Amino acid sequence: MIRVQREDFDLGAELRALSEGNHQIGGLTSFVGLVRDIAGGAAVSAMTLEHYPGMTEKQLADIEAEANRRWPLDASLIIHRYGRLEPGDQIVLVACASAHREAAFEACHFLIDWLKTKAPFWKLEDTPDGGKWVDARSSDDAAAARWAKT
Amino acid sequence: MKLLYFAWVRSKTGVAEETVTPPDEVRDVAGLIGWLKGRSAGAADAFADLSVVRVAVNQDYVDLDHPVALGDEIAFFPPVTGG
Repeated sequence: MIRVQREDFDLGAELRALSEGNHQIGGLTSFVGLVRDIAGGAAVSAMTLEHYPGMTEKQLADIEAEANRRWPLDASLIIHRYGRLEPGDQIVLVACASAHREAAFEACHFLIDWLKTKAPFWKLEDTPDGGKWVDARSSDDAAAARWAKT
Repeated sequence: MKLLYFAWVRSKTGVAEETVTPPDEVRDVAGLIGWLKGRSAGAADAFADLSVVRVAVNQDYVDLDHPVALGDEIAFFPPVTGG
């Protein structure tokens, strides 16, 4: 399931809903991304996440479908927020449920790595020097490349 | 065709979206970018370094040699920084 929303999410409620009623699920993993208050040594008071409506949902759905092809998942969920966020705020949730932990851990790791290089979001940070677009990191490309099929 | 610009690419072009009808000789993404660069200083600035511009045609990532057609939705943006 994919959700792109301005609103915050309740981690506990989302995880409960994901596994509720399915007693085949033996493992549930989640990753939550948070806004940090410092970036590249500069203080960040807030950030605004912009995205490409339509393509965002399409890319996230493709990524989720790929995870479901690679691992035997009983359920998966991606929530990504947009709009203005402050340090400590939740940005993204990825959660995966499977019969066993290996698939749940690996699929969750895969989803966040791929999302970071494919989902069309851009962060504009408010810094003491004004708004600054965050640069993509080559380490994120390397993290995603680990999951490339050989 | 409908063009969309995001993040600092939009800041440089000065518009978020526009509908254009390029000449017939514009057949692929590279040709379209070349034509756009000739239309405005903002576009010339936005497309000065193509190593930091990503392109999507109809919401899928494409390379510069991907064909473009009049009904396409074509987006230009920096490498993504979500998550």
